Amino acid sequence: MNPNLSRRHFIKAVIASSVAAASHTGIRSAGAQERHRGAVERLISLNINGRTRRVDVLPQETLAYTLRYKLGLTGTKIGCNRGECGACTVLIDDIPNYSCSTLTHSVRARGVLTIEGLQAADGTLHPVQQAFIDELAPQCGFCTPGQVMSAVALLKENPKPSREEVRQALSGNLCRCGAYDHYLNGVMRASGQS
Amino acid sequence: MPSYDVMPDVQLFQPAEVDDALNLVDQYGKDGWILGGGQDTYGWLKDRAKHPTALIDLNGIEALHGIRETVDGIEIGATTTLREIIASPLINRDFELLVRAASRVASPQIRNVGTLGGNVSQDARCWYYRRGLACYRAGGNICYADSPQGMNREHALFDASRCVAISPSDTATALVALEATMIARSVNGSRNIAAEDFFVGPATHITNMTSLESDEILTAVQIPSRWAGSRFYFEKVADRDVWDFALVSIAVVMKMDGDTIAKSRFVCGGVACTPYRLLDVEKAARGKTLSDESGDAIAALASQGAKPLNYNHFKIPLMENLVRRAMRG
Repeated sequence: MNPNLSRRHFIKAVIASSVAAASHTGIRSAGAQERHRGAVERLISLNINGRTRRVDVLPQETLAYTLRYKLGLTGTKIGCNRGECGACTVLIDDIPNYSCSTLTHSVRARGVLTIEGLQAADGTLHPVQQAFIDELAPQCGFCTPGQVMSAVALLKENPKPSREEVRQALSGNLCRCGAYDHYLNGVMRASGQS
Repeated sequence: MPSYDVMPDVQLFQPAEVDDALNLVDQYGKDGWILGGGQDTYGWLKDRAKHPTALIDLNGIEALHGIRETVDGIEIGATTTLREIIASPLINRDFELLVRAASRVASPQIRNVGTLGGNVSQDARCWYYRRGLACYRAGGNICYADSPQGMNREHALFDASRCVAISPSDTATALVALEATMIARSVNGSRNIAAEDFFVGPATHITNMTSLESDEILTAVQIPSRWAGSRFYFEKVADRDVWDFALVSIAVVMKMDGDTIAKSRFVCGGVACTPYRLLDVEKAARGKTLSDESGDAIAALASQGAKPLNYNHFKIPLMENLVRRAMRG
């Protein structure tokens, strides 16, 4: 028996050819759609955390899905997947958005910042992250990435917010543990006010 | 490649020109779904409660976006976000009522992407309908909310006809109070619709919340300078401060003549399928001063003709008290 035709090689080859076939149909159907003006291309470039990423994105795909399952950025959590909890909050051009309720195709040519993009190159945490640790802000931690992103956006816009302004800015992020006051303390600390 | 996301397969168009969008809307008709901020859209799709075949995203169209001063007031493009409205110095100066209403919509993240056009075009708030049940509004022949076991705490007091759902929009009440005009375009041209006629109840159109036809796009909202800088009052009562829809809201504009009210418009949200004008209150308010006494004198007129369901009687005193608060000096 030809050692080059082992079972493993055979299976690999079959998988590779079907992938090629699949991607080929993908490209062809995207081409067919171009008949309509404004139809979207599937292969797009995204600017995520300052890096350009090429991704194959379905028309109906949400940003939370692309981040987590295509780009491996699982720091962004999907809680309700309905824009009602805030766990999936990311910044798009510095504005907090629910990534579960954003079509990935709508963020082409815009800058997306996720929780993974906050820490410095040397691993230093963002002041908001550090302050949340210092104030023991998270309890179970599931809503924390969203809370951090909302807080980062607020401090970019308003470096010395009042406690009430922080409360407003974080009001779109639910915390089932009820650690709201701890998060508020954290943001006040990160802004150098406590 | 299969999708493991909960979003259903649907085509997406992101036209850059109004004409391209109009052609798409014309071509897809009822199977097309116009996308603004999408915050009301994705729930319908994820629940498989509505089945459009194409999403037509208007956010890439420059001409539909922004706030402009016109000869007689302002024009707000349909895809202008609530965030931009809240931050606009122009709207804050002249029509603060709209700012206050927009500030109370949903949550910060939703206001950041939610558009004015989308906010006024939201579908009815009724959990039976949104669950995807075949009620009157969904083309069936039953109303689940208005049945002996129906949970109808959030539902309508006025103008119900088969369907008892309410209008969920906070900005709609403000726009009716300000006598705004909605600009609708189709491939056949454009038409202006007074805000009061834009919102339609179930007696007029059981499956639509607005008078837009399926080939039309709401392109802009114009607010005349008639009420610029008037005395404004807006209040929304909801179970939660964030995310929640109004149980009852009130938007009031008043032109004062010295100490007395010369002219006013009182509009309630959350009590009917459309923003509900309190015509009797407006008449009675004329010539009154702003005081607790005048509030007491006219408040009861607000709820005249109300037809409460099993669980929404509380909205009657709520409406009356909101009128009282609007009349405080």
